[in-house]
Amino acid sequence: MAIEVRIPTILRSYTGGAKAVEGSGATLDELLDNLDAAHGGLRERLVDGEKLRRFVNVYLNDEDVRFLGGLETPVKDGDTVTVLPAVAGGSR
Amino acid sequence: MLTISRALYEKIIEHARKDHPDEACGVIAGPAGSDTPVRFIPMQNAERSPTFYRFDSLEQLKVWREMDDGDEEAIVVYHSHTATPAYPSRTDISYASEPQAHYVLVSTRDESETEFRSYRIIDGKVTEEPVEIAE
Repeated sequence: MAIEVRIPTILRSYTGGAKAVEGSGATLDELLDNLDAAHGGLRERLVDGEKLRRFVNVYLNDEDVRFLGGLETPVKDGDTVTVLPAVAGGSR
Repeated sequence: MLTISRALYEKIIEHARKDHPDEACGVIAGPAGSDTPVRFIPMQNAERSPTFYRFDSLEQLKVWREMDDGDEEAIVVYHSHTATPAYPSRTDISYASEPQAHYVLVSTRDESETEFRSYRIIDGKVTEEPVEIAE
């Protein structure tokens, strides 16, 4: 089962510079655990305890997983998961 | 140093003025590795707030994919402060995640004068840089 995961520039230090890596799992949660086994520390950049970090966007194909099932979002072979750090800030 | 055309410089200022008192935000894309801002992409501030900005997540995906397809990258990431100086705040610094980008800050706190300053923000460290406006 191969799911492509596209990695933003700022997290490529975890993947040896690769823009995309492959992983497997039935849910996003499982997929991130699977990726973390090969790229240690990556999961923690995306997940805080039991939830996806607020200022990281994770997409399944063309959708934001916040509107699907968060970490419980089902994933399957042939899917593409994209990670983009949120672009945000403010006066404080 | 940020080198930017007068036309693009004015577009950023115009956007910030138009959205005042909400923070305005956007990107200027350019060919990957060129350090040259070319394509102006104003973004929705999904927070629609006078003190916070955030790119809409689906709009960001669309824009980031287009840049990737066109072999471009974000050369400038800009946003405005509407009541505080044009200097990166603690949140600006902690969320800065495009290490190659020039972070442009504009302040619209003064009606008659708009501050425009540029910074590199890498690994939590802010360095101001000069801005050269190419005519």
